[in-house]
Amino acid sequence: MGILESIRVALEALSSNKVRSALTMLGVIIGVFAVICLIAIGEGAKAYVSKELMGIGSNLLVVTPGKAKTSGGPPISVDSAKKLTYEDAEFIARRSTAVKQVAPIVMGTGKVKYENRSRDTTVLGVTYDFQQVRNLHVEIGSFISADDVDARRKVCTLGRVVKQELFGESNPLGKMVKINDVSFRVIGIMEKKGVTFGFNIDDIVFIPVKTAQELYDTDKLFEILAAATSEKEVDEAKRQITQLLIKRHREEDFTITTQAAMLESMNSILTTLTWVLGAIAGISLVVGGIGIMNIMLVSVSERTSEIGIRKAVGAKRRDILSQFLVESITISALGGLLGMILGVGLARGLAFSFPSLPVKVSLWSIILALSFSVFVGIFFGVYPAHKASKLDPIEALRHE
Amino acid sequence: MIQLKDISKVYTLGTQEVEVLRNISLEIKPGEFLSLVGPSGSGKSTLMNILGCLDKPTRGSYFFEGVSVADLSDDQLAEIRNKKIGFVFQSFHLLPRINALQNVELPLIYAGVPRSKRKEKAREVLAAVDLADRIYHKPNELSGGQCQRVAIARALVNNPQIILADEPTGNLDTKSGNEILQIFEKLNRQGVTLVIVTHDLSIARRAHRIVTLRDGEIIKDEVRRGEREGGGMEGGWR
Repeated sequence: MGILESIRVALEALSSNKVRSALTMLGVIIGVFAVICLIAIGEGAKAYVSKELMGIGSNLLVVTPGKAKTSGGPPISVDSAKKLTYEDAEFIARRSTAVKQVAPIVMGTGKVKYENRSRDTTVLGVTYDFQQVRNLHVEIGSFISADDVDARRKVCTLGRVVKQELFGESNPLGKMVKINDVSFRVIGIMEKKGVTFGFNIDDIVFIPVKTAQELYDTDKLFEILAAATSEKEVDEAKRQITQLLIKRHREEDFTITTQAAMLESMNSILTTLTWVLGAIAGISLVVGGIGIMNIMLVSVSERTSEIGIRKAVGAKRRDILSQFLVESITISALGGLLGMILGVGLARGLAFSFPSLPVKVSLWSIILALSFSVFVGIFFGVYPAHKASKLDPIEALRHE
Repeated sequence: MIQLKDISKVYTLGTQEVEVLRNISLEIKPGEFLSLVGPSGSGKSTLMNILGCLDKPTRGSYFFEGVSVADLSDDQLAEIRNKKIGFVFQSFHLLPRINALQNVELPLIYAGVPRSKRKEKAREVLAAVDLADRIYHKPNELSGGQCQRVAIARALVNNPQIILADEPTGNLDTKSGNEILQIFEKLNRQGVTLVIVTHDLSIARRAHRIVTLRDGEIIKDEVRRGEREGGGMEGGWR
């Protein structure tokens, strides 16, 4: 019996029990739908992260204290014995030709108070170059200047959220706020930037880096950001910074993370996440496959006499086997196709109606979902089909 | 054409062994019209299944056109059933979901005949059993007699050497039963070898040879019209 003939017979059999076929198919439809949607979300997240990181600036390098054992992201825990200092940053700025700007950073938390209002927020000790390196802009007033840093002035530039919380609509310029009970004069308000990686850039108070070191009583830096002169110079910048810092520290007790490496490590995390999501969705596809097997077993026992008749008129074992196998594959492939249409449709619909939502349907996920659904049909169809092909024709004929 | 030598068939029911057929020896020549009679439980259906290559004997040898059936694989048996044997059953055994034409096509599908040729042949055979105007009807839209004629058409469609009919009129009224028998007689006149299993003596008597079974043994083998024994082949049935 030819394959076309088998498919025709399978479709006939399936259409003779439409509700049952549709319900069985639904298992596969949901499975494939889930696989495609979840992978689309994972892939979308990846695309989103790439875009965000590119937005930060692809010529960015981050120097963090402590040597990371593995490549990839910056080390999570900071070895307190290793430190980066403001002088390190100055040294890099002076000596490295491939670096355009350097931004030493001290990070801390603080309670910012104005009159009777207060807010717990992130305090970032920065230099003037920070806003260039991170591509941030002041809306009114000014950013921390080089003089502010050198003179260790107690001035601050507020993020939008902090300004809104403390001052509402009134003008904060020149007002005095207290950060951890130390008075600071407000000199500027940042432009609204929004959330990047769950970190709200608007919910920050910027103060001069040296002032921050005093405030937190430390001579260490949280990290040093460096902008290479161009994207092509990133590797050269990394090499130079490494050399310069080793010259000062006499050992490599720091880690330089480049934009590319960050992107890579984020991507690998998100790829894992995507696979995990896909696998969870895959489980529902397997459950759908079990549904197919179940219904095929019922079908085989219901159609025992049909199998007997077919065998009596000359069907060979492999004819019966392929008939039932094609039937289960037809269910799973058709279900897969419908699930794909639904999944792609929903993902496209979401992307269309919520452009900010990171959704990206990729071809490989479609191919994966479809081929997996066909595989499910084969895998869970073999046993019932084998059972059918093994039936004794006489027993089968006697069966009513 | 068919030779049975000392055929026995034993079924094991639990711990008990039941010998359904005992030392059956039988020869069927081309063109014969033979009826197999006997009370129920005499083993005639079992013998029929063995003749039809649906079942294999426990002991003894069965030669179909000189080939020992015991030595054949399941697939080879399926091929013999497909090309050389036509079955007609008491309860018709048509596939309910498909129409008469498709039912008749079934053996041709398994014989690997291309689609257009299949349709043509199936139509031809259905016309030969007077069902040319019923080919698109499903079994539940046909009368019992019409169903059995579809079944006969299905049995004939591959030009088999022999047709085995198990109580072909058992589910029919006298009139349609008679029509079916007339078709069989006509086919036999055209040279088709026929074996009809029945417990109805009036039907059995229309055959040229009556083999009587009781308790798994042949107790009588009677040739009624000597002149037809050994079969007057008058060309094909068409």
